[in-house]
Amino acid sequence: MLSILSSSNTLWVLLSTMTLGVAAGTIGCIAYWKRQNLMSDALSHAALPGVVIAFLLWGEKNLLVLVIGAGITALIGALFIQWVTTSSRITEDSAMGMVLAVFYGFGIMLLAIANRLPGGNQSGLDNFIYGQAAAMVRSDVITMLILALVVLFIVFISFKEWKIFLFDKEFAQGLGISIQRMNTLYSVVLVMAIVIGIQAVGVILMAALLIIPAVSARYWTQSFHWMILLSALIGGLSGVLGTLVSTMKNGLPTGPFIVVVGAGFFVLSFLFGKEKGLFVNYVQYKFQQKQQLKLMEQEGGNV
Amino acid sequence: MKEIVLEVKDLSASYRKTTVLHDVNFSVQRGSLTGIIGPNGAGKSTLIKTILELHPALTGTVKFFNEPYNKVKKRIGYVPQRGSVDWDFPTDALDVVTMGLYGQIGWLRRPTRKHKQKAYEALEKMGMGDYADRQISQLSGGQQQRVFLARALVQDADMYFMDEPLAGVDAATERAIMTILKELKAKGKTVLVVHHDLQTVEDYFDHVLLLNRTIINHGKTEDVFTMENIAETYGGNMRWMGEKREHAFHIVE
Repeated sequence: MLSILSSSNTLWVLLSTMTLGVAAGTIGCIAYWKRQNLMSDALSHAALPGVVIAFLLWGEKNLLVLVIGAGITALIGALFIQWVTTSSRITEDSAMGMVLAVFYGFGIMLLAIANRLPGGNQSGLDNFIYGQAAAMVRSDVITMLILALVVLFIVFISFKEWKIFLFDKEFAQGLGISIQRMNTLYSVVLVMAIVIGIQAVGVILMAALLIIPAVSARYWTQSFHWMILLSALIGGLSGVLGTLVSTMKNGLPTGPFIVVVGAGFFVLSFLFGKEKGLFVNYVQYKFQQKQQLKLMEQEGGNV
Repeated sequence: MKEIVLEVKDLSASYRKTTVLHDVNFSVQRGSLTGIIGPNGAGKSTLIKTILELHPALTGTVKFFNEPYNKVKKRIGYVPQRGSVDWDFPTDALDVVTMGLYGQIGWLRRPTRKHKQKAYEALEKMGMGDYADRQISQLSGGQQQRVFLARALVQDADMYFMDEPLAGVDAATERAIMTILKELKAKGKTVLVVHHDLQTVEDYFDHVLLLNRTIINHGKTEDVFTMENIAETYGGNMRWMGEKREHAFHIVE
């Protein structure tokens, strides 16, 4: 373990997966209350063709370029879902299912083509499917960090606007908040949170990092800002722990480990969370039952 | 003649294929308390939403205080239907009321203790002071409605639109809400309320707007709220119990 920490590259990688987890946890909370968890899954899959196209056009692997490409196809996916939903009888979940499968299939097809090009199979593009944090270099980490900080900054400065937008859209509109603009901003920060994670976690599992911390945090608090903070914390911890475990052996993908650690946090929250966790629910039920039985006994004695 | 503060001209609106509202023309005087009455599907909520630009209008213009909506947004308060929000959202009553002040607080700034104090006073006014830090999911329907009213009060608007504030609330809440509405009216504020209980219309409102996809009648309650007009609004599927309209009730076809 210590030998891993001593390698300076690993420290940078840990820092980046932590920041990624924090950003994803934060945006995941917003997605949770927008009731659009599946959207993050569709959009992260939709990022894959963008990565490959950007690589083919640019000719070499530069994370910033790939991330921009990923962002563009993910946003196209988002627009497509929106357009299909509003202008046809197809429902949102069908549209998301279609975008997920079609964009991802297209991405895999392009990837196969790219891998056949001279030098293509050394490009490490495959890493974008399951994530490979160890493949990241210093400049990749800096790119990720900056983008994650931008995402966090956007949420932080307009925190109360996000809250009212999520809780009561119509009232928000009456206060002069443009719902259309908030929706656009939401798509942008969601896509940003997704694309910064695709190298470390991969397009297939990225959605888990958005969904799991938020649902876990829901078990611990009844306040929106605590939920965001907790979700960010769980996301950050999952990022760090998952990366640590996956770097113990060479060549292990990072994404699955991060997701499994996150799932561990979820199980803990689901069982022991103070807001309707299974265990707490049971204890409260038993307590009430005891009280009631005692009361009945007393009354029975009086009669 | 009192000052006209709301003027609606040739308003129409639709949901996909069906036209919900057409030829809606009316104006409202300052300081009036108007009940918007009509059967289910008459377009009562749509009327409010279209006036407030929450739903797109097909045709027509709306002027508030002789200005378009965008210029006077802050002077207008809206109380949506209780069912329109997610009551599972993690927040407490005081926080919801504080949302009414977001417009005054402005972008990029956080509510201060002064804002919280103001929100608390509004809650107290609605008899909800003890529930300030209660989770909104744990409030009863009537209490949720009072929280919504308190949120509208802190906005300190000049004109209020309320969508069924009395639907599904207990008698105590209904009284509390009506007291506040009459107080608002006494202060010279204009209030429009979507209402469904025909029996209380005469007690509660000084003006009535009878609506069934278009305006059937609009004016002072004593002039407009007649048996003939009500029958016309509800399309005849009313049964009359005895001679008095107080005993009218709406039957399902």
